[in-house]
Amino acid sequence: MGTLLKRHRWIAPVALLAPGVLWLLVFYLYPALQMFQSSFWSGTLETGFTFSWDNYTNYTKALTSYAPMYARSIMYAGAATVLTFLIAYPLAYTIAFRGGRFKNLLLFLVVAPFFTSFLLRTISWTILLSDDSPILRVIHMFPGVPPEFRLLATPIAVISGITYAFLPFMTLPVYVAVEKIDFRLVEAARDLYAGPWRPGGAIVGFIVGGGLATVLGVAFEWDFLITGLVGGVTGAAIGWFFISESFVRVTFPLSVPGVFAGSLLTFIPAIGDYVNAELLGNPDTTMIGNVIQNKFLTQNDYPAASALSFMLMAGVLVVVAVYARILGTEELSASAGRM
Amino acid sequence: MQDVDVRLTQVTKAYGDVLAVDHIDLEVLPGEFFSLLGPSGCGKTTTLRMIGGFEQPTSGLIELHGEDVTWLPPYQRQVNTVFQNYALFPHLTIYENVAFGLRRKGVKGPEVEARVTEMLNLVELPGYEKRKPTQISGGQAQRVALARALINRPRVLLLDEPLGALDLKLRKQMQVELKRIQKEVGITFIYVTHDQEEAMTMSDRIAVMNKGHYEQLGDPETLYERPTTRFVAGFLGISNLLGGKVVGAADGYALLDLADGTRIRVSAALVAGRSAVSAGVRPEKIRLNEETETVPAGRNLLHGVVTDVAYIGVSTQYIVEVRGGARVMVYEQNLERATKSELWSRGEKVQLSWNPDHTFVVEASPADAPNDDAAE
Repeated sequence: MGTLLKRHRWIAPVALLAPGVLWLLVFYLYPALQMFQSSFWSGTLETGFTFSWDNYTNYTKALTSYAPMYARSIMYAGAATVLTFLIAYPLAYTIAFRGGRFKNLLLFLVVAPFFTSFLLRTISWTILLSDDSPILRVIHMFPGVPPEFRLLATPIAVISGITYAFLPFMTLPVYVAVEKIDFRLVEAARDLYAGPWRPGGAIVGFIVGGGLATVLGVAFEWDFLITGLVGGVTGAAIGWFFISESFVRVTFPLSVPGVFAGSLLTFIPAIGDYVNAELLGNPDTTMIGNVIQNKFLTQNDYPAASALSFMLMAGVLVVVAVYARILGTEELSASAGRM
Repeated sequence: MQDVDVRLTQVTKAYGDVLAVDHIDLEVLPGEFFSLLGPSGCGKTTTLRMIGGFEQPTSGLIELHGEDVTWLPPYQRQVNTVFQNYALFPHLTIYENVAFGLRRKGVKGPEVEARVTEMLNLVELPGYEKRKPTQISGGQAQRVALARALINRPRVLLLDEPLGALDLKLRKQMQVELKRIQKEVGITFIYVTHDQEEAMTMSDRIAVMNKGHYEQLGDPETLYERPTTRFVAGFLGISNLLGGKVVGAADGYALLDLADGTRIRVSAALVAGRSAVSAGVRPEKIRLNEETETVPAGRNLLHGVVTDVAYIGVSTQYIVEVRGGARVMVYEQNLERATKSELWSRGEKVQLSWNPDHTFVVEASPADAPNDDAAE
């Protein structure tokens, strides 16, 4: 046996790859091809479907009718990715560098929500955000909050739900990347005059805080200039105190591979998600996932659903390719890996 | 006041109940190659890290050029560090690694380039600018770390066991190199190591540290020839310690009676009024003679039997059991003797003699007081 493996060095890798490759062939490639074929079908479930290349109109129709849902999906998934990053990075950083003996407990808490079903967690959000929930009652106690103010069935609720659902997918890769960083590199940077980054940190903080607050302001139809300014100043203050030069020059660049992995793991499932929009949204927050789900399972319009799915997949691939290009992942992950 | 580069006054660092550094006073002079030498856990690295600003002392004062820096962060100190595993930034090129400090200080384009080039020439790595730290060897990484620190023209350079990760041959080479660079740039070096030979080769002065304080501070010759504590005697080279009682004095020498009754002479100044001490002598200071030969008067003399012979080329190491039971290590240069028949052989009776002026004195210890003096 040993000599056989030694003589034919290709056997071992092929044998190890086989289960995975087989799995992907049967459960991914075949359905994908099947779906590609059905996206060129015409007809209905009752009359039967026929294939023709002329049915490329399925794609043009899908695009013209559902462009807003695509755009909304990109926006919601993008916003949720940015939010998970803003929440997960400080969280992962603190656990990695300051967690001490609580590291494992804190990590466990990050993944603890997974012990409950995804659906159940989303449903509990509907209770948390409903109009007569304690949270809403507290908000309504503040002066100036209009009586018609609500959270459930708003874009904010959908984005919050997605953010919550995918937070661990961002936290864990970032944690792994940050945890690997040799703290002596930070000390070396500080030794080489990397001090606080006050003005730079304030500018970054202003942009991020201002941007978030403006989006929030627009969503709630507040005066977005004022909310943007308030957010910007808050962000600037946080940036002034918390963003140091050693972080900008050393820690963050070395953690980029984790951020890259985390944002893909968040963005890709988020853009196809429909549960959050279904349970926490309203008819105006329909995402492309809801359309596809509806076409497939309710209307049995397989051709249109397939075309929509395919375009989503192609779009995601393009986004990932561009993103990978910008961050130059290979070199970065390689250098971080060799540390 | 001004001609001290680094001054530590009663510096203490406690981790919980453990005193890592225990009330240290230290003065390092400008342009000096100063070493902190000691076993792991003796507080040498903690001391260095406090000078660098990575740790804050629990109490005490640290001054750089007369300025109190005890509470200043690392980036506000005119001090740079070469870290134990170099800590090169893996995501930056060699050029950007070396330029890091200059860029943080806001030095601009052409000057950065000129100074990086100058530094890479100094450490003999021209042409490595575009490489990444993962693409160079350990010895080269060591040089880059040195260049990255020196480019900032610090007043003091701190080196934390910088040669620890290199193999022996490279280490010897780098010792010479480091000394050359230090002479060339004229910057004060504070060097932490556990390797006594490394410290002796390069240092102007050495502080031998043990359990959070230093036992002795001095130039390498003094530390080797005149160790004042048994720890220093044992840590720097090999020494034979013989416990004895002071029984009198004559001609500037103290008379010492060893356990077996032999009387030897040691410098009275070293005994400093103590009544019981241990006398020490280095193995290469002892001469062996046949039992029948006449040993010149005035030398300290012991009688013993050769119990072990190890031929190591340039010299031969003997272990001689003296009367009284102590085992004494003796190195004899193979100047006259070379073949096996010419060496002393096991079981041969010999006389051991050495110059009283080559005898050092450390505190007495129950370990070699009664009858069992120790050869290391």
